[in-house]
Amino acid sequence: MRIKSVKSLASAAKTACAERAKNKMEVLVCAGTGCLANGSLDVVKSFDRAIKSRNLDTKLKLGLKTTGCHGFCENGPLVVIQPKGIFYKGVKPKDVKDIVDKTLINGEVIERLLYRDANTKERVEQYTAIPFYARQLRIALRNIGKIDPGNIDDYIAADGYAGLAKALTEMTPEEVIEAVTKSGLRGRGGGGFPTGRKWKTCRNAAAEPKYVLCNADEGDPGAFMDRSICEGDPHAVLEGMVIGAWAVGAAEGYIYIREEYPLAVKHLQRAIEQARERGLLGDDILGTGFSYDIKIARGGGAFICGESSALMKSVAGEIGEPRAKYVHSVIRGLHDRPTVLNNVETWSDVPWIITEGAEKFAALGTKKSTGTKVFSLVGKVKNTGLIEVPMGITLREIIFDIGGGIIRDRPFKAVQTGGPSGGCLPESKLDLPVDFDTLTDAGSMMGSGGMIVMDDRTCMVDTARYFLKFLVDESCGKCVPCREGVHQLHQILEAICRGDGKPGDVEKIESLSDVIVAASLCALGKSAPNPVLSTIRHFRREYDAHINNRKCSAGVCRNLFTFEISEEKCTGCGLCAKACPVDCIVGELKKVHRIDGKECTRCGACRNVCPVDAVEVV
Amino acid sequence: MTTDKTINLEINGRFFQGREGMTILDVARREGIPITTLCHHDALEPVGSCRLCMVEITHPDWGGWKGLVTACLYPIEEGLKVTTDNEEIRRVKRTILDLLLARCPESEVIQKLAAEYGVTTTSYIKNEVETTCILCGLCVRVCEAKGCRAISAAGRGIGKAIAIPFKQPPPDCIGCASCAHICPTGTIKYQDTGNVRKIWGHSFEMAKCTICGRPVMPEKQLAFEADKSGLDPDYLRICPVCSQQKTVETIRSSFGISPVESGDSVCDAGVTPVAHR
Repeated sequence: MRIKSVKSLASAAKTACAERAKNKMEVLVCAGTGCLANGSLDVVKSFDRAIKSRNLDTKLKLGLKTTGCHGFCENGPLVVIQPKGIFYKGVKPKDVKDIVDKTLINGEVIERLLYRDANTKERVEQYTAIPFYARQLRIALRNIGKIDPGNIDDYIAADGYAGLAKALTEMTPEEVIEAVTKSGLRGRGGGGFPTGRKWKTCRNAAAEPKYVLCNADEGDPGAFMDRSICEGDPHAVLEGMVIGAWAVGAAEGYIYIREEYPLAVKHLQRAIEQARERGLLGDDILGTGFSYDIKIARGGGAFICGESSALMKSVAGEIGEPRAKYVHSVIRGLHDRPTVLNNVETWSDVPWIITEGAEKFAALGTKKSTGTKVFSLVGKVKNTGLIEVPMGITLREIIFDIGGGIIRDRPFKAVQTGGPSGGCLPESKLDLPVDFDTLTDAGSMMGSGGMIVMDDRTCMVDTARYFLKFLVDESCGKCVPCREGVHQLHQILEAICRGDGKPGDVEKIESLSDVIVAASLCALGKSAPNPVLSTIRHFRREYDAHINNRKCSAGVCRNLFTFEISEEKCTGCGLCAKACPVDCIVGELKKVHRIDGKECTRCGACRNVCPVDAVEVV
Repeated sequence: MTTDKTINLEINGRFFQGREGMTILDVARREGIPITTLCHHDALEPVGSCRLCMVEITHPDWGGWKGLVTACLYPIEEGLKVTTDNEEIRRVKRTILDLLLARCPESEVIQKLAAEYGVTTTSYIKNEVETTCILCGLCVRVCEAKGCRAISAAGRGIGKAIAIPFKQPPPDCIGCASCAHICPTGTIKYQDTGNVRKIWGHSFEMAKCTICGRPVMPEKQLAFEADKSGLDPDYLRICPVCSQQKTVETIRSSFGISPVESGDSVCDAGVTPVAHR
């Protein structure tokens, strides 16, 4: 039913809340992409059957809901039982009977399904007591894991569209821009450009019509922040965009999202339809006379299409190549018209800022980087997943408190932030506050929030090589420095990793990088040398060891090391011999084992299984 | 699009005026200040892909900030100070030409240009695939401007190439050979033999000049141009030289001027018409 006024939105929220309050208990099953892949839909079906066959919905006043991603994907499928906040991980359909009988009916907690703290080894019952969640502060992810993304009433019950109602009826467009400016919100897609200033320039631009777009073309390896928001709380993105459209005076917009995110596309599409039906999108929004509509534009998955001008070309149906932005897209963007483009997370922050107030947002984080930021914490940390933390938190807190430290308590080596064109930071930078400017000064960048943790078994030259390969593949090929230059940088790194490095290679990399940064057309090229420059800056010794001594101490570059089994450490357990794919490890049980160097392919399988770290790199 | 508004700027310490909407390159070319370009053509929208026209800009209001921009794209602004040559600019151009030489070691155009910047052999790893294409995109842009869109860039990054659909003779190609004429490195070739033009895998039948009988342009191009321009196809079927001759004759007969030399057409007088070269 169409909501024709702010008043009827308030009463719809009241009704939705009352409806939800009828349930005394709620089972929330995560149906984000990670948990779905782990079979969470079967868990939902099992709950549904169990609840219906025993009439528990009426007897216990029990509700069942599928939600978006809780962030703790490696432990999925996740089930949360409210209001107690009991958190079960790795739930299989066969566990459902137990959960129903013990937890739902008798109120008992099932030990084996609880999360076990990676460090204290203790079982944790409460969602909020798990270190992974305890240190988080969720604004962009405020509703994810709590609401059903397919049900607009769930969003409305959670104060959804209240920010829009406030903006449309109590604030002028200028006041909305003023609030966003005051909040200090900066673009979450990587650029960190002040959102309020962007909107203001667009509003003041003379040309019409204007467009308001959402960039959901998340392409960094290992990053899934935007996907989770689109899947888990699509209405927050839509609400943010409508507020933005009101502020700049746009009547039309697009969400540019990659085709590889089918669930996110589906949820956004459904949310758009629901919002249109309710009069929260399209013509005469909330009966105010203001109209703005959103279409979905699906991208083919080229990384470069996340760059604003390439994205706009792609939306317009042309080849997704960037253009020089001597005239900014806020003045001449989509179809050469003034265009505001913000990232998913930025849009999701906007309704909160309007409802809760700019001051509240500005009070969080640091002076120049306010609010919170979502990161996907991955790599060699114990707890991987999606987190949202206040800006200014240190890298150490993220990696060791939330992430629980390094897997198998190995030494920390580096953290890669900012996606493929970000940089690697060493241990000495772990106490730096995470904000836009500090990370840039340290030689890396915030980017859209990818965070890859590496241990001592990661080779930094190889890491730089890996990211450059990604950029070589994803460069659009339009301009010479990026297309040819990054390719040549990659060739030099390949040679170093192969053992063909030459003295002077590092200097050659540096001078070529300098030109690539100065002469490339777009941000992809300008930032492409970052992975190699930051690793040279912080891990120069590894480059020198590769080039001058032909040594890879991390044991990654296969031509540059051999494995040996330490006689002192080896217990003769024989696990290495079993793991060896080419049968080149010999030794009797309980006696020291030995690797036959000629046959060894240096795959590292023996090193990975050795319980006493006896397999050493020499 | 340029406007009537006058803009004052400084290039290499000299003062110039231009109109709003002009680029640095527009003004520099007009004033005879040399700026190297490979991907630029006055008839086409600039794209800034070769990066050879990089110049340094600064402004009294910028607090000492200066930066490199492409002259072909940067719109002039009041008070802008431009430097077209200094050590930093030369270093950038040298590296770009060094990279292009690694891509196309056999291209004479690139060899010559690189030598001007002191690069005779590339310091980078040479391309394994033999090519002289620098991917400037002029061919694609001229084809698009012509209204055909027969060819396009395919792929991306280092694997990008100028391509025809499904590696088959492009159905939209009219055989005008604009792509070949505009190519700065002579990579795109065509062959005119007798009454046939071969290009992009096509063999186009040429329309013959109704006066001198020499080939004018492919029949398909003639039909395309007649359709686009609304001109009589028979008018287009006369080669430019004969067309010129015809005009001259018309003027002579109108004003009663007698011919200086006798002859049926200029073609017979030993002058090669433009279209025949």
